[in-house]
Amino acid sequence: MIAIALLLFMAASAFWLVRLRNLFAVVMLSGVYSLFAAALYLVMDAVDVAFTEAAVGAGISTVLMLSTLALTSRTEKSHNKLSVMPLLLVFITGGVLVYGTFDMPRYGDINAPIHQHVANHYIEKSAAEVGPPNIVTSILASYRGFDTLGETAVVFTAAIGVLAILGRVKGQGMSTSRVAYRRKEDVEEENKEDDKAVSDKKETTS
Amino acid sequence: MIFKAPLLRVVTKIIVPPIILFALYVQFHGDFGPGGGFQAGVIMAAAFILYGLVYGVSTARQAITADVTRVILALGVLLFGGTGIVTMLMGAEFLDYSVLGKTPLAGQHLGILLIEFGVGMTVAGAMITIFFAFAGHGKDGNIALDQENEGGGND
Repeated sequence: MIAIALLLFMAASAFWLVRLRNLFAVVMLSGVYSLFAAALYLVMDAVDVAFTEAAVGAGISTVLMLSTLALTSRTEKSHNKLSVMPLLLVFITGGVLVYGTFDMPRYGDINAPIHQHVANHYIEKSAAEVGPPNIVTSILASYRGFDTLGETAVVFTAAIGVLAILGRVKGQGMSTSRVAYRRKEDVEEENKEDDKAVSDKKETTS
Repeated sequence: MIFKAPLLRVVTKIIVPPIILFALYVQFHGDFGPGGGFQAGVIMAAAFILYGLVYGVSTARQAITADVTRVILALGVLLFGGTGIVTMLMGAEFLDYSVLGKTPLAGQHLGILLIEFGVGMTVAGAMITIFFAFAGHGKDGNIALDQENEGGGND
């Protein structure tokens, strides 16, 4: 019951998101959407996922989007032309996705494939094999250590990517000693590149 | 400075240490309750981001410099991978922590603690880096969110 109410809230905020043209409100509303998602995960007993969703989806990503907004414009360009083709495509994709859910096992079904595979092993043996009472931690850190290492590498790569594109503007990201040694021409060239990067981003956002 | 309102500044000063403490709790209590390195890293980053939002990026950069965040960012992955290498050197498979302690369970516990800490460091470093890279682009190296105050933000 609570889950259905939360899903309705999520759907409502998603529709509202599409209608809005003020990007500041859009960012705030997507944070609200994430918070509803976190509440939904909590209702479904996925505490760790809810925790992550609340921290990343509702918290950090909202702030990151806001700081991006500070660099670009705050309102979306309005275009009132109704395009039929994309609408049709969206409806077809949505219909296929909904059709796909008919084949999924019911929530909590004990015979679902997901409960027949390794889950039983984790629940029964993880206390003896790994130790921590929180099975999620055992799975993430020990049974699936490779996965987690990959994820950490992805986060690392993302940060490196952002640094490579945005990191060196106005000597912001550099220690002052190194800034002093940079040649004037280099600085000018970098500024040019950065301006280009910013304007590119503007184009993609609007 | 971005927010000159004294209320925000004082509340931020009061609330940042508990946020960092909570991040450490989530980090090291992840074995027993919900949480772990990823969430802890995000919460830790949130503390510095909040400080940066209210006091300005350059002030926050004095608290945690760009070099420090980069070292933390890289050290996390290194700690994770290094734990795997150590287990290999001790005769087990990559990331099989059982050999790290006297008993397999103690080894697993130590290994999980180490790699979760690595994850936390990298995530915190990445989030802080990304935020400051974006926020540093605004006017005077500050994020230009103060316009929101004047605009009302609800239009």
